[in-house]
Amino acid sequence: MTKTNDPGGGASPPVAGEAGGAVTLNVIVPPRHPGRWLAVVILALLALQMAQALAVNENFHWGVFWKHLFHPHVLRGVMWTLILTVAAMAVAMFVAISLVVMRDSDNPILRGLAWGWIWFFRGTPIYTQLLFWGLFAVLFPRLSLNLPFGPEIIGVETKWIVTPAMAAVLGLGFNESAYLTEIFRAGFKAIDRGQTEAAEALGMTRTRIWLRILMPQAMRTIIPPTGNETIGMLKMTSLVLAVPFTLDLMFATNAIANRIFLPIPLLMVAAFWYLAITSVLMVGQFWLERHFGRGHDLPATRGLS
Amino acid sequence: MNAVVLQGIHKFYGPSGTGVHALRGIDLTIAKGEVCVAIGPSGSGKSTLLRCINQLETVSAGRVYLDGELQGYTEREGRFHPLPPAKVAAQRRRTGMVFQRFNLFPHMTAAQNIMEGPVQVKGLRRSEAREMALALLARVGLQGLHDRYPNQLSGGQQQRVAIARALAMEPGVMLFDEPTSALDPELVGEVLDVIKDLARSGMTMMLVTHEIGFAREVADHLVFMDQGTLVESGPPRELLANPQNPRTRAFLSKVL
Ligand SMILES: Nc1ncnc2c1ncn2[C@@H]1O[C@H](COP(=O)(O)OP(=O)(O)OP(=O)(O)O)[C@@H](O)[C@H]1O
Ligand SMILES: [Mg+2]
Repeated sequence: MTKTNDPGGGASPPVAGEAGGAVTLNVIVPPRHPGRWLAVVILALLALQMAQALAVNENFHWGVFWKHLFHPHVLRGVMWTLILTVAAMAVAMFVAISLVVMRDSDNPILRGLAWGWIWFFRGTPIYTQLLFWGLFAVLFPRLSLNLPFGPEIIGVETKWIVTPAMAAVLGLGFNESAYLTEIFRAGFKAIDRGQTEAAEALGMTRTRIWLRILMPQAMRTIIPPTGNETIGMLKMTSLVLAVPFTLDLMFATNAIANRIFLPIPLLMVAAFWYLAITSVLMVGQFWLERHFGRGHDLPATRGLS
Repeated sequence: MNAVVLQGIHKFYGPSGTGVHALRGIDLTIAKGEVCVAIGPSGSGKSTLLRCINQLETVSAGRVYLDGELQGYTEREGRFHPLPPAKVAAQRRRTGMVFQRFNLFPHMTAAQNIMEGPVQVKGLRRSEAREMALALLARVGLQGLHDRYPNQLSGGQQQRVAIARALAMEPGVMLFDEPTSALDPELVGEVLDVIKDLARSGMTMMLVTHEIGFAREVADHLVFMDQGTLVESGPPRELLANPQNPRTRAFLSKVL
């Protein structure tokens, strides 16, 4: 390990080499990039000009923006939007993993069910699905477990279970599961068949092979598109008005905007919070990618793969 | 006692009876501590035979016994009842397999690769498994490389980790499927040395290889396969010096 570059310039000091002899390292002068500096200057000027144009423009009502940025209804909206995003993605991942296993199974009934689920939820608009979930309690007023043609064992009013929040989470989650399934499946398919065989040869059971060998490797290819989907979900939560669910960020800012007849600053408030949450999600994605990239993203030396 | 007994093994790939007939009635026994080496042209069924021994493939006909126990099935009144997957997994612990392409787990370090079987399958404590992994790495000449990921190791080093991983399960039989075919020529020797050591230590092994010189050196028993059949077998020196079957002669004249 005698690779380094010497920022100071001048003759570099001799370093002990692996064989014990002295090695004089190369003096590397970092190449210059005048074009990059020019681009930075031009972009900085443009950005300043744009910032000024925004800041002094009366139409943006920055006073109203600052006044409502931390409005209690807005903060409650941020919280609910986060809850909906996380809960819907959790539902979607759980369903998607089950669907991936089902589509891979030997049982033709399970395979068919998985196929049908994906066909339905990918083939109908999310808005329609959310409307449907909102009407679920009207369509099925009572959920109950019966003996076939016999008396009810346990039952409950649908409206206590499929609340608007639940309807929103299920609607968003089930729809998303169809897309995640395809992403997950591609991730598992990309793994060399030899990995399963090596694990089988060690005597590992199917469940353990999934959890210990296949999942961690699939994660690497699954995380970037799933991060995309999560950010998409964040914004898709603004559709839950269809249920109707009225506590999310978009509804909260719209409600205020309609009351004070100033849509622009409140749109900016909403945009600010969506951006803020997206940034946090991106940091999370970075850490996950680093964790599951272990063993792959290191500089490979020799050998296969 | 015989470690491995194969009786009348047939293997079809694809719909039974109509697919590729990869094995056509193989009978073979390997005694405890014996090293059996299989040679033969490409496509003759050598890999398939190894994979039938540890149930990576199910046999279409015939019986595989390890330590006298029928593999994969219980037999009652002449009918075969497949064992549940958990039982099959348990039976696989009797054999260790080393693959041509190493198949190390890329998301685990060398030590973690070796610990995976003992911890997940045998329920060994991590600390014990780690000690065992370090000892095995030393045994295959890789002390100090326990924290390297597979893609930081050379091909020869990866294959030696793979051998250590298989040994960690303390199998009764080791199966090697062309362990040096994916290696650069200068790396072949280091892997063969490890296998030779194993043979000397009394490990029961079945090995598929194209290294005829190596086969002559380690084999107690050499078998020549062609088109899914066991054409000829015997002590390596005799078989290589004086092949009886014309197909063996044709093959040897090409590779020697
Ligand atoms: N999964 C499979 N599906 C269908 N046919 C297969 C499969 N695996 C192997 N075969 C066929 O079975 C026959 C034996 O293959 P096998 O891999 O056992 O040969 P081999 O002796 O190991 O050859 P090589 O020296 O090239 O590795 C070949 O004709 C091959 O094409
Ligand atoms: Mg082969």
